[in-house]
Amino acid sequence: MPDNIETHLAFWYLAAASVAASLLMVSVRNPVHSAISLVVVIFHVAGFFAILGSGFLAVAQIAIYAGAIVVLFLFTLMMLDLRHLPEERVTHRQLWLGIPLALLLAVEAVVIGAGTPEVRESIKGAFPPATVSELGGSAEALAVALFNDYTLPFLGASVMLTAATVGAIVLARRIEEHERADFPRQRAQTSAANGADSAAQAEQAAQAAQESPR
Amino acid sequence: MDFWDWFIVVTKVLAVFLLLPVAPLALVLFERWTLGRLQSRIGPNRVGWRGSLQTAADGLKLGIKEDTIPAMADKGIFWFAPVMMVTPALAAWAVVPFGPPVDVGRTFGLWVADLNVGVLFFLAMGSLGVYGVVMSGWASNSKYAHLGALRSSAQIISYELVLGLGVLAVIVYSGSLSLVDIVNAQAGLWFIVPQFIGFLLFLIAAVGETNRAPLDLPEAETELVAGFHVEYSGMRWAFFFMAEYANILLMSAIAATLFLGGWHGWTIPGLEAISGVGWFVLKTGLFVFAFFLFRAALPRFRYDQLMNFCWKILIPIGALNLLAAAALRMAWS
Amino acid sequence: MPSWVAVVLLFALAFLFAVGSLVGTMALKPRRKYRAKVTAYESGMEPIGDARGRHSIRFYLVAVTFLIFDVELLFFYPWALYFNMIDDRVSLFGVGAVFLAILATAFVYEWRKGALDWNR
Repeated sequence: MPDNIETHLAFWYLAAASVAASLLMVSVRNPVHSAISLVVVIFHVAGFFAILGSGFLAVAQIAIYAGAIVVLFLFTLMMLDLRHLPEERVTHRQLWLGIPLALLLAVEAVVIGAGTPEVRESIKGAFPPATVSELGGSAEALAVALFNDYTLPFLGASVMLTAATVGAIVLARRIEEHERADFPRQRAQTSAANGADSAAQAEQAAQAAQESPR
Repeated sequence: MDFWDWFIVVTKVLAVFLLLPVAPLALVLFERWTLGRLQSRIGPNRVGWRGSLQTAADGLKLGIKEDTIPAMADKGIFWFAPVMMVTPALAAWAVVPFGPPVDVGRTFGLWVADLNVGVLFFLAMGSLGVYGVVMSGWASNSKYAHLGALRSSAQIISYELVLGLGVLAVIVYSGSLSLVDIVNAQAGLWFIVPQFIGFLLFLIAAVGETNRAPLDLPEAETELVAGFHVEYSGMRWAFFFMAEYANILLMSAIAATLFLGGWHGWTIPGLEAISGVGWFVLKTGLFVFAFFLFRAALPRFRYDQLMNFCWKILIPIGALNLLAAAALRMAWS
Repeated sequence: MPSWVAVVLLFALAFLFAVGSLVGTMALKPRRKYRAKVTAYESGMEPIGDARGRHSIRFYLVAVTFLIFDVELLFFYPWALYFNMIDDRVSLFGVGAVFLAILATAFVYEWRKGALDWNR
């Protein structure tokens, strides 16, 4: 991180905003609002990458996390009927996992922040800013690392992506079969919820559900 | 950075920023004139000289129209969705190179920022455009808007992959993600020549990404009324309109930059900067005109055709084209 | 760094412009609400039920597949860059081809399972 006043200002803004947005994300009730707050968090984390000199990661963060993962969340939320979700408070199980993790991160931050110059030097990695700018940018530096030292993990990534595809399809097919069996009944429920005057319709739909179990 | 560096940066940002609300107005007018001509009718001809103030008047009218929020809508997200639509469409212009570097005592380029990940920034901003669609559709709590948003966002993300494959084929040749470097790499040969398939993929994907005819399923009037923004009115509706045209212009500018050599062309000695910008505008205009022609000439796809076309034809072609581009690059050097 | 400053500046300006003009035109607008005006449009009928029901699992599948292939594309940007940084391109080409081939099996599996068919 360059040591000048603009960078420091940017850092403190990003830190404050990302913490605030994270708190908002875990505290709002509506899952869609929560997802939108997550996008704000992702944006500010991308800002950290940018001031640390890794433009590639910053942009990848926005493209993948904001542009694909949260979109997937929103898609899933759009396909659910949010009014019928059970309300859940933060459970103790999550707290037991969360508090030690937060403490661990805090200790880590203190060790690095208050550490000796040797400690700080040791975490700089193989690509200090000088090397990166010599190579032409963070994407080029990543390319050098990826195709010299990490070729096998690179191929491993494609195997994992393949596994993810297969998993998604298997899950979706299971849901789809479930949905097919469930669809007439669901329709009956919605029309029944619309009041007494459409009760006849509901009955019809329920009959259809019995007639065609598939 | 001294004062003049800051001055140049701020001036460039302001120049691009002021251009943006005006450009869509001009574009809409241009489209309506073109469509009028193509359909043997007059087109706008009342407000101003030959109707040249028509879209400005439309914009003014929309600004003073009531914009309702449906009672069952999620008000906050409904209000915010148009903002999410417009902001990335305008911010992506930061990386577009409008012309060559100029030297007036101090050398600076005719672009807002030459990020070394410029192309990726453009793609990232494009992927943020989905949020406006999803948020407006979900917040409206209307069946047409809901279905329109689901369809539209599924379409946008699918065609985004094709767009990425088209861009990748260019990067195999340019060896840089910076749009300025990509333009410089085309000084000798425009990338449309070695990468004609990539160019076609990019062009089709650009039409799909901007939800334009013939891939304008989300707006299919006959079945979804207006898709995700059916509940919008007034200024908020105008923002969706503005974002669409800003995106058309952006896609055209990026296509000109990636495949037609950006600002390169014959130059008048001494006026390199002006002729460079002229070439860029001309090439961008060519693509904008292509967008209008597609709308006038081609019938709309069916939704299943649209998705099958993307996943079963374009994406396999794009992946093979990427390998072919790499093989060609190996043979070439 | 200065280029990122310019990008952030343009982004902030665009955002403020969007919010500002929405707020700014509020004062100019008439506000006459009545019930029919604020119900969701449903071809002139009273809206039936809530729009946020369950939808086809297809859309979820598209989003997941998009996510997977988007990550894959991201890996290819460094690959395409590295193609121009070295002389021995054959082995690099091989690595990319193997990567794509592995993913192609996922793609073929998806195709065979009908996850890419929309008209089913």
